[in-house]
Amino acid sequence: MSVSQSASSSQNVWVFAELRDGVLAPVVMELLGEGRKLADTLGHKLCAVLLTGSSDSRLHSQLAGYGADRIYSAAHPLLAHYTTDGFAAVLTELILQESPEIVLFGATHVGRDLAPRIAARVNTGLTADCTSLDIDPETGNLRQTRPAFGGNLMATILCPVRRPQMSTVRPGVMDKAVFLEGRSAEIIPICPALKEEQIRTQLIQAVSETLHQVSLSEARVIVSGGLGLGGPEGYELLKKLAGRLGGTIGASRAAVDAGWIDPTRQVGQTGTTVKPDVYIACGISGAIQHLAGMKGSKIIIAINTNREAPIFEVADYGLVGDYKEVIPAILERLERTIS
Amino acid sequence: MKMIVCVKQVPDTAEVRIDPVTHTMIRDGVPSILNPEDANALEESLRIKDRHPGAKVIALTMGPPQAQAMLRECLAMGADEAVLLTDRAVAGADTWATANTIASAIRALGGAELIFVGRQAIDGDTAQVGPQLAERLGLPQVTYVQKLTTLEDGLLQVERRMEQGYEVLRVRTPVLLSAVKELNAPRCLSILGICEAYEKEIKILSIQDLDITPADTGLNASPTKVYRTFTPKTERAGVLWEEDAGRMAGKLLTALREKHVI
Repeated sequence: MSVSQSASSSQNVWVFAELRDGVLAPVVMELLGEGRKLADTLGHKLCAVLLTGSSDSRLHSQLAGYGADRIYSAAHPLLAHYTTDGFAAVLTELILQESPEIVLFGATHVGRDLAPRIAARVNTGLTADCTSLDIDPETGNLRQTRPAFGGNLMATILCPVRRPQMSTVRPGVMDKAVFLEGRSAEIIPICPALKEEQIRTQLIQAVSETLHQVSLSEARVIVSGGLGLGGPEGYELLKKLAGRLGGTIGASRAAVDAGWIDPTRQVGQTGTTVKPDVYIACGISGAIQHLAGMKGSKIIIAINTNREAPIFEVADYGLVGDYKEVIPAILERLERTIS
Repeated sequence: MKMIVCVKQVPDTAEVRIDPVTHTMIRDGVPSILNPEDANALEESLRIKDRHPGAKVIALTMGPPQAQAMLRECLAMGADEAVLLTDRAVAGADTWATANTIASAIRALGGAELIFVGRQAIDGDTAQVGPQLAERLGLPQVTYVQKLTTLEDGLLQVERRMEQGYEVLRVRTPVLLSAVKELNAPRCLSILGICEAYEKEIKILSIQDLDITPADTGLNASPTKVYRTFTPKTERAGVLWEEDAGRMAGKLLTALREKHVI
């Protein structure tokens, strides 16, 4: 059954250049950042693999700018949209032909559909959803670390014999590669011999969904603000985060009393008692009356500049800092993850 | 239509606690459950059966003898048959070896028009066995299925969940589908169903019944090896960070993802 490749003949670190509506998915920049470190440690080239409906020089210069030394660019009308069968066929053939040492995919809905199919076909190991990658200095093997048991345990996985070593990498974790304008890469054009009958799924429609606001008591996620916001305008930032997490905004009594926000938003003993999956308290010191209305939340996150604030005593995650800095940082990382 | 649903008995990871002294996982007393998204896969197969009398649903698992308790639950939900593949030779298999083994068991059962799996198991969270199984069986796959409609004979229309929306796809059977929790709400067990489940026989397979050898399965055949395991420190409740906003944001999102809340 096994026709996998031996470790001795393989070389180079590959990154699958996943596209979203024709542009590079943010995780690709993260894979190139991480791939660069691995390639440098091994003394290998960093290669991007791009599958498109037609050759796209703009994407080539982006991948080169983010550090790809070589770009395998496969263009075929049947690759214009992702399909498991089409992409797996082209990538498998390329892997068997070029024998990469390491192949990295984003742990996205596409990456997690594609990578296992290819790993099974080339009979090598695959480690899912890695949050840390490094090279064992003695063996040169890739050490792939990932959470298991609902995050209760971390495991470091090796694929010591078979090649390539394949991982899917969790989006939003690795540092992005730095873009350098005008960097060039070797382009290897690939013309795959793909036939329509090889692709067994038919795409009828791709639907985009937008997020909408939800009510306080039904919300799975509540982002709440208090006097520490400094003024009513602070809620705009909270709304952004709430919208992004599919939740809604709440407030402390002090902020409502100050007239910064509508009373229907008040969380606490005299307001609404809430039990969302996630409660994010921003600039809320944590008066008992507020705590009474939200302490049943599954996960409590507190963001406050005062490290002595009582809210931190009930928080699962306390972030000592200014919400004006912390929330944009969270939003930026969420953006990287999703698109 | 013949359907095989691949199920797994898993520890309820929501009940797993970390020993505050040794920082190791406490598994004692943690209940074993039918993996939640496998229940969605089973439910959808049962709904197809409800619409198409004469259809047959087989629940298949690979695991230790104790997994029979979970198979009884599948029978009580309405599965027609339950099959346990159990053998010391398959123990410690990674996803590659697991897929080889389950594919072989499916062949031993004569194959099926629809192979339904849960997207991922909550103990490993890999989501790899489904696609690897489809590859071994030479079947097309659709993962992250959130809606399923049966059209004319042998043609399915499915919605595949994506990060920001979904795709509508059509595919012909035989096919492998992986279910996400949005697909349905699994039915409750009825008293009658539970009584009937204990009258049904669970079929037991060992590696002798399969067309694979120990070179294709188990710990030694697995291409991946666990090098070490450790308990993450940052995931403990009640942590306080005081550092650069970007770093705190990164730590927070990692923690929330590991708890499957975002």
